[in-house]
Amino acid sequence: MTEKTRVEVRSTDRPDASVLRIVGEITSGSEKPLMDAFAQAVGGGARTVILDFGGLDYMNSGGIGLLVTLLVRAQRQGQRLLAVGLDDHYRQIFSLTRLDEAIGIHDSTAAAIGAAV
Amino acid sequence: MTATEPRPSRDTDSWARPVDRLTTTASGAGMDTVTGRRAVGPIQGFGQMWQKTFSVRLDGVDMTPEQLVAHWKERFPTFWPKGARFYAPLSGIAPGEVALLEVQAVPGAPIRMSTGVLVIYADSESFTFMTPEGHALSAWITFSAFHDGETTVAQVQALERTSDPIIELSYIFGGNKMNDRFWEKTLDNLARSVDVAAPEVVSQKVCVDRRRQWGHAGNVRHSAALSTAIGTLTAPLRWLRRRGASSGTGGSSTGTGV
Repeated sequence: MTEKTRVEVRSTDRPDASVLRIVGEITSGSEKPLMDAFAQAVGGGARTVILDFGGLDYMNSGGIGLLVTLLVRAQRQGQRLLAVGLDDHYRQIFSLTRLDEAIGIHDSTAAAIGAAV
Repeated sequence: MTATEPRPSRDTDSWARPVDRLTTTASGAGMDTVTGRRAVGPIQGFGQMWQKTFSVRLDGVDMTPEQLVAHWKERFPTFWPKGARFYAPLSGIAPGEVALLEVQAVPGAPIRMSTGVLVIYADSESFTFMTPEGHALSAWITFSAFHDGETTVAQVQALERTSDPIIELSYIFGGNKMNDRFWEKTLDNLARSVDVAAPEVVSQKVCVDRRRQWGHAGNVRHSAALSTAIGTLTAPLRWLRRRGASSGTGGSSTGTGV
């Protein structure tokens, strides 16, 4: 576990959608805080989990791998992952790794919630 | 529609820029099956998803993780097992560069596959490859080094799916284990290159997703292994055709009767 990763679980207007606000970095060492937060959100009834990358300041390739394992877990449990808060640099990484083909990217939390049908 | 305002990131220089179709400055491989292809990761693959981690402790070796990774990048092709070839791009292993490979499509098989890899990430302690359409695997493979106490550890970690049903079948019948041996041997070679006499490679393998993605079964149309096999099998026919063309025209390069 790294203390360099903080993940805050936030509720939304919809009881079936939660936001995970990521602050700091995402690397392979971020597994515990990210998975714990995901479990908390899902345990609270979320079917859609919105990853807010607005506080992200570093991600390496291990972090991208971690997002894929999170995606697999979500798909297996019937949940959906969406992303907001990505700046140009991180949108490019999502495009480069083609992660954007599996995690929908939105310009705002409101837009993501609107897509959480 | 605009993205969030950009802000400085510590990893900006370590990532490649997105690329729609791959090109390469590498040369030496028999075929270039990479130019014009797209990069694919485990999300775009067909088979079950595996996370594989191979590591070796470099006990007694006075090298920092940064020094080891620099050594690994510089001499990368020399650590590959016999029978596999890595043709580095002109700029070496750096973000955005594309290398060419010649490997057995399935370790132990007589058919060799010409393919490549895109370097999507590289910093002083790690570098990551992403495979192109046609490669047997749809994968991200990360090579890294880190401290464990006083000892530097070298690691290869792959997050992979086989690309198509044919490769998945070969994986079920031994190809998966043989792929493990490839990376174990690579780390063994790396460790010996820094004078570790008897390296002990530790392997860990987890099936992250047991589901096969049938929507990607069509990846087989890109298969470098299949195109190499077809090319190999039809080579005699092409030789005969060329021979027939040249004898029919007395060796003219603009012959008729072809």
